Amino acid sequence: MTLAQESTSLQFECETGNYHTFCPISCVAWLYQKIEDSFFLVIGTKTCGYFLQNAMGVMIFAEPRYAMAELEEGDISAQLKDYEELKRLCLQIKRDRNPSVIVWIGTCTTEIIKMDLEGLAPKLESEIGIPIVTARANGLDYAFTQGEDTVLASMAHKCPKSVKEEEEKEERNAIHKLLNFGRKKEDISQEESEYKDHPPLVLFGSLPDPVVTNLTLELKKQGVKISGWLPSKRYTELPVIDEGYYVSGVNPFLSRTATTLMRRRKCKLIGAPFPIGPDGTRAWIEKICSVFNIEPQGLEEREAKIWESLEEYIKLIRGKSVFFMGDNLLEISLARFLIRCGMTCPEIGIPYMDKRYQKAELDFLEKTCNEMGVPVPRIVEKPDNYNQIQRIYELKPDLVITGMAHANPLEARGINTKWSVEFTFAQIHGFTNARDILELATRPLRRNNNLKELGWEKLVKEEAKI
Amino acid sequence: MKLAYWMYAGPAHIGTLRIASSFKNVHAIMHAPLGDDYFNVMRSMLERERDFTPVTASIVDRNVLARGSQEKVVNNIVRKDGEEKPDLIVLTPTCTSSILQEDLANFVERAQMDAQGDVLLADVNHYRYNELQAADRTLHQIVKFYLEKARKKEQLPQEKTEHPSVNIIGISTLGFHNQHDCRELKQLMKDLGIEVNEVIPDGASVHNLKNLPKAWFNLVPYRELGVATAQYLEEEFNLPYVDITPMGVVETARCIRKIQQILNEQGANVDYEEFINEQTLYVSQAAWFSRSIDCQNLTGKKAVVFGDNTHAAAITKILAREMGIHVVLAGTYCKYDADWFKEQVSEYCDQVLISDDNGEIGDAIARIEPSAIFGTQMERHVGKRLDIPCGVIAAPIHIQNFPIGYKPFCGYEGTNQIADLVYNSFTLGMEDHLLEIFGGHDTKEVITKGISADSDLNWNKEAQAELNKVPGFVRGKVKRNTEKFARERGFSEITLEVMYAAKEAVGA
Repeated sequence: MTLAQESTSLQFECETGNYHTFCPISCVAWLYQKIEDSFFLVIGTKTCGYFLQNAMGVMIFAEPRYAMAELEEGDISAQLKDYEELKRLCLQIKRDRNPSVIVWIGTCTTEIIKMDLEGLAPKLESEIGIPIVTARANGLDYAFTQGEDTVLASMAHKCPKSVKEEEEKEERNAIHKLLNFGRKKEDISQEESEYKDHPPLVLFGSLPDPVVTNLTLELKKQGVKISGWLPSKRYTELPVIDEGYYVSGVNPFLSRTATTLMRRRKCKLIGAPFPIGPDGTRAWIEKICSVFNIEPQGLEEREAKIWESLEEYIKLIRGKSVFFMGDNLLEISLARFLIRCGMTCPEIGIPYMDKRYQKAELDFLEKTCNEMGVPVPRIVEKPDNYNQIQRIYELKPDLVITGMAHANPLEARGINTKWSVEFTFAQIHGFTNARDILELATRPLRRNNNLKELGWEKLVKEEAKI
Repeated sequence: MKLAYWMYAGPAHIGTLRIASSFKNVHAIMHAPLGDDYFNVMRSMLERERDFTPVTASIVDRNVLARGSQEKVVNNIVRKDGEEKPDLIVLTPTCTSSILQEDLANFVERAQMDAQGDVLLADVNHYRYNELQAADRTLHQIVKFYLEKARKKEQLPQEKTEHPSVNIIGISTLGFHNQHDCRELKQLMKDLGIEVNEVIPDGASVHNLKNLPKAWFNLVPYRELGVATAQYLEEEFNLPYVDITPMGVVETARCIRKIQQILNEQGANVDYEEFINEQTLYVSQAAWFSRSIDCQNLTGKKAVVFGDNTHAAAITKILAREMGIHVVLAGTYCKYDADWFKEQVSEYCDQVLISDDNGEIGDAIARIEPSAIFGTQMERHVGKRLDIPCGVIAAPIHIQNFPIGYKPFCGYEGTNQIADLVYNSFTLGMEDHLLEIFGGHDTKEVITKGISADSDLNWNKEAQAELNKVPGFVRGKVKRNTEKFARERGFSEITLEVMYAAKEAVGA
């Protein structure tokens, strides 16, 4: 094994793919909450249901707008007709919940038995009068957060185009009136003038509403107007996407969505680092501004101020090392941010590395390493958890960011861990949320500082052997 | 296809993994797509396990779909054999491999040639068995494999142990309070002067399985796990077994008497009556508790019980027989073993419900309006919505049901724990009602009756406000009766007038 060579350009490796991650169907858990009028139907087996039920914990009990279409032996052997079965279930969903869209999540089983969901959907859609979006978020092809990518890529097809000229006058006016009711004309034009003149920009990636507001305002300060988000709060409010629109991703795992927007909707992708950490947020805004020929205002000061406010946390991790086992594709951005905070990072495991979609982020990572004077991490695609654990024993990193399957066993062996999934569910985007990332990353260190005096770090009997 | 929001028993492979990971130095390899190794998360989180869960996946991906697993599974088995040197590797099929129909048995044979340890293919079909059935089958399979192996090598011990001894069968990882029950049962055996020969599968080594026939008898505390193994041992080695769950004072005594009978048949000449008497009257507090004033107040209170066969049956009997509580409905999700359940509880409850549809159970609870529920985590949440306290007595369970304090359900200490659980559930309910009556005045949300929320009746503002004034514990009833009245008369909206009319008509 060649460890930590003093190389200054990124090296990529690929292991066996024997690693632990969540199944991509987990995306329903956050997407049904994000898209308020949706219903997610996961077409799969007990295995899928069991995973969702246990992984989502208490959310299950809150009358979620998702359910399993549990396949039985008759479905597998094609004794039952898929179309009739799906129709029966979807009608029941329509009756009970009346959603504005039903999202079918295809699973491993539907892949293997080759159930033609994409073919069935349009037929059923017109029969029951509810749009059906099909996403193949299965464990054969994807990992964890990539599930969202498959859903958003399908939704990108459903985004409306702007209305034709003749109809537009009447309708637009009506909508305008509605939107601007009660406000005087001057106010409206004044509001418009707060924005610079630039082609429409649509952002993609599902974020909690407070983060959406936050990033929207951040761009507004630069005079950049966001015409829409994919996804929006409601399916009925999906943004207009026309040929020539600009799009930009807010998360590193959205490469299919980006591809779909470029190829099928003829949009122009702004490839930027992702707005994670103050450095990432600034680079993200700067890139968008540069595409629109806008001179960004006050960003440097804004970033500096955020860093200043983070000093308390950074003190705890400066000079320490972090090891990403890899399971949610946020790893590159998080590592880049933590390196900027003064950490070193020997290894970044990642399920899948789209070097084109993440190009700006990868360049930024390399630049950050050089500026901070630390060796660049080795990037391990499709990692092998067993091998990684051997490397962890050898490297003894100060912090391992990993899935729950390994967290407790590593802690018992005296290795600090942070559960990676929390980064997916916490608010980590934009300037304001940088604190939350560090709150998460430093929690194990702070906890163990508190317990330091007790002298019980290794709590397994024999010398650790996995 | 079935529309499902929640399931009580997991898929088959979970059962197999629970058995494999309970043994010492046994490794399971799942033939599964990425993400199906969620079992590791559950074990690591729920049991707060310090060691790596000995389960890995041989990943089924796009390439495997195209070309078959070919060398992949074999390589993964041999690799794990080299890395961890397990005694046994269990290749575990999942729903995915069930439909791929690859010849996993062949892979196992090939891997066996290169592997130092033993390799087995778990004989469970995803579409036929659930978690509990699969666990029972896998345990049987492993035991049978090692006993036959020992017989072939002529290593089977011929003698029984000198003193009476027992195998405790069915203690497993992720089982409801299994660790505590195991400790309690061992203590009970010690008190009875019975040696514990082997405990399987938890913490057992496969090398020791050949010693199983040395025991005088087997004890199977749980209905769901171990019966197949005990039956096999009875057929092959003439080893009798006791399958009375020692849960509750009466059942514990019954279990001990059965043990006494079995031992005496083998010439042990033991008499446990004095022990049972002493424990029941003075050591366990449960018998005294059921005579005390506290328990008197529970007389005739309505309860609903739902869970797996073992726990739902035992708790039903305890509530009805030992505490005088009125069990309106007892139910189980073990549909495949429904007859046993009916036979156990029929005389102790009004109705029996066999279902694995959580909506059906939720609706039944809403209809019955019991003072307390004893069920799984799902029923606990139904209780939350309906404002009815719930004691959790069976899996599926969350992390709070893996207490680190000593909380057995079995044996005499178990009876104490259950008494606490029952009593605390009911008092909380009473307190709640007293608060409501004597100025518990935070206007709570109206109870929704029926979990499926399909009510087509509107309550107008005034009627709603009036309903909110009704004390919580009868509010549900008033609401239901009023709605029934309105429906019969064809009103679509409930106004104050309708409410009063209903009150006059049906006393709502």
